[in-house]
Amino acid sequence: MIFSDHLLTVITFLPTLGALVLLFVGGRDEASENLSRWIALGFTLATAGLSLWLWALFDPANTGFQFVEDYNWIGDSIGYRMGVDGISVLFIPLTAVLMPAVVLTSWGSITKRVKEYLIVFLVLETFMIGAFATLDLAMFYVFFEGTLIPMFLIIGIWGGSRRIQATYKFFFYSFTGTVLMLIAIMAMFWQAGTLDIKQLLTFKFPPEVQTWLWIAFFASFAVKMPMWPFHRWLPEAHVEAPTGGSVILAAILLKLGGYGFIRFSISMFPDASHQFANFVFVLSIAAIIITSLIALVQTDIKKLIAYSSVAHMGFVTMGIFAGNIYGIHGAIFQMISHGIVSAALFLCVGVIYDRMHTRDIEAYGGLVERMPRYAVAFMVFTMANVGLPGTSGFVGEFLTMFSVFQVNTWVAFFAAFGVILSAAYALWLYRRVIFGALTKESLKGILDLDKREAFVLVPLIILTILFGFYPAPILDATAASANVVAENFANAIGAAPAAVAAATGH
Amino acid sequence: MQSDVTSFASLAPAYPELLMAVGAVVVLLLALFWKNVRPGVIAVIAIVLLLATLAVLVLQPASGVLFNGIVIVDGFARYMKALVLGAAAATVLISLSNSKEHGIDKFEYSVLVLLATLGMMIMVSANDLMSLYIGLELQSLALYVVAAMKREDHRAAEAGIKYFVLGALSSGMLLYGASLVYGFTGTTQLDQIVAAITLETRSIGLIFGMVFLLAGIAFKISAVPFHMWTPDVYEGAPTPVTAFFAAAPKVAAMALFIRMTTVSFGPITKDWQQIVIFLSIASMVLASFAAIGQNNLKRLLAYSSIGHVGFALVGLSAGTAVGVEGVAVYMAIYVAMTVGIFACVLALRTEDGRPVETITALAGLAQRKPFVAAIIAILMFSLIGLPPLAGFFAKWQVFLAAVEQNLFVLAVIGVLASAVSAFYYLRIIKVMYFDEPVAKFATVPGELTAVMAGVGFLIVTYFFTVARPLTDAAHAAAGSLF
Repeated sequence: MIFSDHLLTVITFLPTLGALVLLFVGGRDEASENLSRWIALGFTLATAGLSLWLWALFDPANTGFQFVEDYNWIGDSIGYRMGVDGISVLFIPLTAVLMPAVVLTSWGSITKRVKEYLIVFLVLETFMIGAFATLDLAMFYVFFEGTLIPMFLIIGIWGGSRRIQATYKFFFYSFTGTVLMLIAIMAMFWQAGTLDIKQLLTFKFPPEVQTWLWIAFFASFAVKMPMWPFHRWLPEAHVEAPTGGSVILAAILLKLGGYGFIRFSISMFPDASHQFANFVFVLSIAAIIITSLIALVQTDIKKLIAYSSVAHMGFVTMGIFAGNIYGIHGAIFQMISHGIVSAALFLCVGVIYDRMHTRDIEAYGGLVERMPRYAVAFMVFTMANVGLPGTSGFVGEFLTMFSVFQVNTWVAFFAAFGVILSAAYALWLYRRVIFGALTKESLKGILDLDKREAFVLVPLIILTILFGFYPAPILDATAASANVVAENFANAIGAAPAAVAAATGH
Repeated sequence: MQSDVTSFASLAPAYPELLMAVGAVVVLLLALFWKNVRPGVIAVIAIVLLLATLAVLVLQPASGVLFNGIVIVDGFARYMKALVLGAAAATVLISLSNSKEHGIDKFEYSVLVLLATLGMMIMVSANDLMSLYIGLELQSLALYVVAAMKREDHRAAEAGIKYFVLGALSSGMLLYGASLVYGFTGTTQLDQIVAAITLETRSIGLIFGMVFLLAGIAFKISAVPFHMWTPDVYEGAPTPVTAFFAAAPKVAAMALFIRMTTVSFGPITKDWQQIVIFLSIASMVLASFAAIGQNNLKRLLAYSSIGHVGFALVGLSAGTAVGVEGVAVYMAIYVAMTVGIFACVLALRTEDGRPVETITALAGLAQRKPFVAAIIAILMFSLIGLPPLAGFFAKWQVFLAAVEQNLFVLAVIGVLASAVSAFYYLRIIKVMYFDEPVAKFATVPGELTAVMAGVGFLIVTYFFTVARPLTDAAHAAAGSLF
């Protein structure tokens, strides 16, 4: 069927089409703002539907790329190439499914320049999906870096009081890291003679070249991920961004870093990845323990969740650079799970922020008396954040720790502290916000979740618990490709010493 | 090599220049003898002439060497001439609605622009140190007058004098270099100089001559350290004139720079490569930092253009066909962005008709004039070099060439400089979008809206619309030099 041959293109650019349609919505009154919201909701829901169809059509047994579109465009360098495998396929529905939730939050939390808000989010969706779906290295850069434009505007225009500092910090951390990757991409092009990721995955870069390329890619992904100590932009960006911006930042943009590590660092530069694995482990452990400790002392709810994101991403990098099957599986699962859970947590913060216009933990307490439904929702996501068995958070943490235990016991030992600490800060946050006596005057009139908010949160609750008990849909889709990545990595680092020996033998 | 100048058909490759020369004189006479003609009409005629010349250039594929070898018309010359003509036509177009307030509502302005453009076309096609100098001076003399055209404004007069003095200095250096090169190679023809040079037997005098030549042209493209005139002239000259300065002459001088280095001094690439690398790094770095403190839009754009010349030179630093192709693409995108941003600057007027010249005056523009603000924002992101906008693909092409030649230090400095430059470009977006509005703005004339919309469209959809034909054209153009 012709349509499904171009399914990735349709999914990628449908949101942009929606943005174009929105350009023609005139007027600044309430009615036209609502019209804009409905149009954006329609386009994001259609994209989400198509992305789920993509997941359904995806053949998990096939280890190669599927839905491939491949055209040369500029000379023999940049081409229009699309395709997904088990590594990338799940990020597309994750992105597409969260976007309607973001649009829905615009009803309560965005009152100025609504149309523009929706336009930049739709453009952002195209960039995010494109980054996961493209098979051309330069186009990956285009989509990856392109996300900076809408995100800069989202934080800068609709952010909180210190938004300008936050958005500059976000921009410059990301931009500086990423331009180094650009040079590495060019060097790869001249080395391998192609920008086609399919061919680059089979190309063997000389080990000494790999080291430099790895460092350049690391500069970009470590900032995006973010890994300790490159995370400084994240708490501020999260705190100042509007709810929708925080959701996308935590759920999708951070995953671009993890996806990049798996797709490029591990797969294309295995020797360098092996060489730097201990370095990454140290940074991961530092992220898990240090940022968890920092999270403990936060007084701002969003900042606390932001730091917990850094800690959870530490598990992902740890799993990826363990390099075995469980590590890759666990990293992808953890990223999907964290995508759902952190998005939901930021949505939950958004719910009370829209009512009280403060993110101070001190300003809340005893919400369970007035907001029982909210308390339940928040509890599910808190537990998932802690990694309680039965929630999706458990599976990813378990798999990554399991994987790294095989490689380095000490790393697993220290990572386990992160699990304890995450329980400490998350449960303490829950206690201070939800439990206790409802003594504050300002909270006496607070209302429970309305239909719109429940409509957003309930599906996420279902997914969190479903994937906790039955992770198969995710693990099955990724299994074949993750195995290939892990096998290739094992072969490469197994082969590397032999190759060196052969070279010296001559 | 004798060529037949008596037959009209043998002049076919030079038709565009001939048309432009005759046309400029006709326009001058027309304006003199047509009593009470409004300068706007003459400007429209000038635009038509520029576009007609462009059409002749495109439709007339003949190429070859003319006038006993002093003029060459090849793919590269045609590409660069098309850019020059397009840039000149666009900059005259955006000055139509505001020439009065900028003091250039005189028919002489249009005639001088035409003559300057003719000079640039000769520069681009020059195959001899003498024709090169004639073209350069024809261009420069016209521009000196244009810069100071608003006589009663002391800033414009200052700009004109500054431009003239420094321009004369650079012409002197260029002539001195030309005489040295002639003395040490025995010829003034660019494609014969190359035959007289070998890497092993090159003399120090020749190197001296080359350095003087390149320094003279570096003035014209305003590469650091020969950039000092640029911010003052950009700020002082009337804004439409600044727009003209920033676009077409840069392209012509860059074309000259490329032809001189790659054709004449091809065998000693290693010698000029280090000069170009230095010019490139100095321009990128200095412009990035110097622009941060500017509050005057035109001064900021001056530094921005210095920086972009530095980025374009990254491509030339490679000294390969890929590099020249990159520069060719870069200049095309640079011209489009320059025309677009000056259209925006010219479109912005306060309610009482005064032009907006400072960045702080742009506060809250996004709420007052969403369209103009959106175009400026797109242009700023493109100037930073963020994908998927055209500016990214321009940088991509030039850095690709540098990386191919393993110029990693240059490439890393370049991308880091672009990160620094992002700081001042983003400030404009910040002021427009994040700050609250203070001033009210006048309505925007129709043709400026059209130019802005056109440029905005091309920059946003660059990858899907023009990327391929433009890259192919640049590829062919670069191929004709190597």
